[in-house]
Amino acid sequence: MSEEVENADEEFEPKIVGLLCNWCSYAGADLAGTSRIQYPPNIRVIRVMCSGSVDPVYINRALLDGADAILIGGCHPGDCHYIDGNYKARRKMALLKNILTTLGMEPDRIWLKWISASEGQEFADTVQEIVEETKKMGPNPMKERWNL
Amino acid sequence: MNRVGVFVCHCGSNIADVVDVEEVVAYAQGLDGVVVAKDYKYMCSDPGGKLIKDCIKEHGLDSVVVASCSPRMHEPTFRSVIDDEGMNPYCLEMANIREHCSWVHKGDEEKATKKAQELVNVAVEKALFLESLEQSEIDVVQEALVIGGGIAGIQAALDIADQGKKVYLVEREPSIGGKMAQLDKTFPTLDCSSCILTPKMMDVARHPNIELLTYSEVEEVDGAVGDFTVKVRKKSTYVDWNECTGCGLCAEACRMKDKVPDGFDMKLGDRSSIYTPFPQAVPLKYTIDPESCIYLKTGKCGEEPPCLEACEIGAIDHEQEDEIVEINVGSIIVATGYDLLDPDELYEYGYGRSEDIITNLEFERIVDSSGPTEGKITKLSDGEDIESISFILCVGSRDEEKQTYCCRIGCMGALKHAYLIKEHMGDEVDINLCYTDIRSFGKGYEEFYRRIRGTDITILRGRPSEIKVDPDHKLSFNIFDTLTDKLLEIESDMIILVPALVPSEGAEELARKLRISQGTDGFFLEEHPKLKPMDTVKSGVFIAGCCQGPKDIPDTVAQASGAASRAMGILNKSRLENDPMIAWVDTDLCVGCGVCVDVCPYSARELNEVTGIAEVDEILCAGCGACIAACPSNACIHKNLTKKQIIRMIDEVA
Repeated sequence: MSEEVENADEEFEPKIVGLLCNWCSYAGADLAGTSRIQYPPNIRVIRVMCSGSVDPVYINRALLDGADAILIGGCHPGDCHYIDGNYKARRKMALLKNILTTLGMEPDRIWLKWISASEGQEFADTVQEIVEETKKMGPNPMKERWNL
Repeated sequence: MNRVGVFVCHCGSNIADVVDVEEVVAYAQGLDGVVVAKDYKYMCSDPGGKLIKDCIKEHGLDSVVVASCSPRMHEPTFRSVIDDEGMNPYCLEMANIREHCSWVHKGDEEKATKKAQELVNVAVEKALFLESLEQSEIDVVQEALVIGGGIAGIQAALDIADQGKKVYLVEREPSIGGKMAQLDKTFPTLDCSSCILTPKMMDVARHPNIELLTYSEVEEVDGAVGDFTVKVRKKSTYVDWNECTGCGLCAEACRMKDKVPDGFDMKLGDRSSIYTPFPQAVPLKYTIDPESCIYLKTGKCGEEPPCLEACEIGAIDHEQEDEIVEINVGSIIVATGYDLLDPDELYEYGYGRSEDIITNLEFERIVDSSGPTEGKITKLSDGEDIESISFILCVGSRDEEKQTYCCRIGCMGALKHAYLIKEHMGDEVDINLCYTDIRSFGKGYEEFYRRIRGTDITILRGRPSEIKVDPDHKLSFNIFDTLTDKLLEIESDMIILVPALVPSEGAEELARKLRISQGTDGFFLEEHPKLKPMDTVKSGVFIAGCCQGPKDIPDTVAQASGAASRAMGILNKSRLENDPMIAWVDTDLCVGCGVCVDVCPYSARELNEVTGIAEVDEILCAGCGACIAACPSNACIHKNLTKKQIIRMIDEVA
């Protein structure tokens, strides 16, 4: 587990986990880099082969670990490198969000976004938006609530 | 758990200027399982590679983490480095601390360094459980498909065919030739376009290794590099092309003769319902256009359709149906070209409000001696003589409202047209050329620009106001010439618009069929803008010509030959190695529920008939991971991207 640096004086800096498709959003994040588009350093990206390979368990795990937001990045509808993985991701995330509500977890911390390999600016803007929105929500209380 | 070595790259100053590399190394040394951590200025250099190899030997490493640029950049480099030292190439993980960190967090060294450390930590968690993977091999179908029969597709097909491999060339129009066939002359050499193009078209027709499928479109693409299966729809031409001799008697006899707007002539001329697009068409065979053919629309055309009577060999068959052909190829080249932006979308340019406001491609047909006016330039509205012509460049190009990019051919094309107008009409005609910047970047282009500038034409730098159309067909507009700082009012008899280039119609559908990406402008996206300009994200699929982005003919031909060469790299192999990062099944856990069979988009999963346990077809599996996320028993495992690895990675950063 990463070190807990909870200092009351410091502004809350959300921890964001990114699960990004190798073919689109990961490459979009690369393009933001090669284009030197600056965005807040709050996201940690884990490369997956397809948004459709993201098991909802990963997201629950991240929430219980204390992640303040999770970004799942996939190809635009119709553009999936593996035919229809992004549609599978969309269905899974819709169901998961429903279930999370009944479990008393916060579905708004999950962001499913379509970002293509040519959308470096879109990636940077997305991270910026997630950071801003998550700051409004405050820290994810799950870890504390579950006494983990 | 593996013994892991961590190698942190400075990338000159690209990483080291923002990330404190030494702190990252110190942090990595403290991680569980890391037995050695080093840094170097350029890890991708020879000494960098040697450092990694020496450490593998000295510390008996099982896996390696390189913290540097994106794996999309240098993963193959470092895989071959560790492979050289006898380590399995799949025992590599990369931490992307350049594109995802130093380049995007300038000015916040502290947080960037902390992020780089965490990204290394994540990579180490994965590296602890990387396993050696063996590649399986597939047989390569040593044939190619080229989609699009313009100059790019023609060049690519000829290059592959000349190297002894069979090529299917698919073109949706009845003839190959594309946009280049519609051009009168080419800049800056003023070569006759069809004089240099038709020999190549004939080479295609004659080539024993090329199978031409014109009036055909790609329906479906399956499979992967080395072995694609492609369904092609051969649209019905209503003429038996094996019999048709191209004599043209049918078109003479057709009741719709000179009544159907001719698409090849940009609808400035007319043809029959049964037609060839142009006299040098390849193949020179006739096609009935079902939208205008009286018989096909009504089931009746006089007593008997006159075309049937005219065709002595009986090649016409109004009952002919589309045919689906299935072909098998190892590599695909996409060369589907461009369309002009429809100037109708830009009201201020007046297109459609006057027949005398035309596009540059329409002017190509007018100035062409085989075009609808046989090269005679008069007003299209009333046939009167022309005293002045104005060009408006960058119509929808370099325009935040439309296409932000440069069309790359507009300036030179307009200069060429200015020359041709003078050649056809003499110096009496006034020419105004309104430009944004003259971009004469190619070989011989600047010289051509200077030559035309020296002639009697007026060059104005600025964008015109809305074009006013008078009832007596006079056209006028205001322009602020930024060279002389003067607001001018220009009157013209004809205005030639130079519109933006956009991807050809159907590019989006084709991208989806092929699983390749498009940029935000809609052009097909290359794998790397500098170093892999012909490759796409789909291995084995290459792009050439204007479907990748606007370009002139020399660049198109060069890229087409390049794409052919890339395709030959595959076709010259008899076997190809598969990516081994695919799914496998833990038979102890699998209960044979079959969910994986349902979710697999590649039909790579099956339940064993005897045991009832799920199996993976290693050739068909593309490693997408859909089954891994779907398996309720945790029996599906993504090789080297296991749930255990991902969860441990999440735990480190969440």
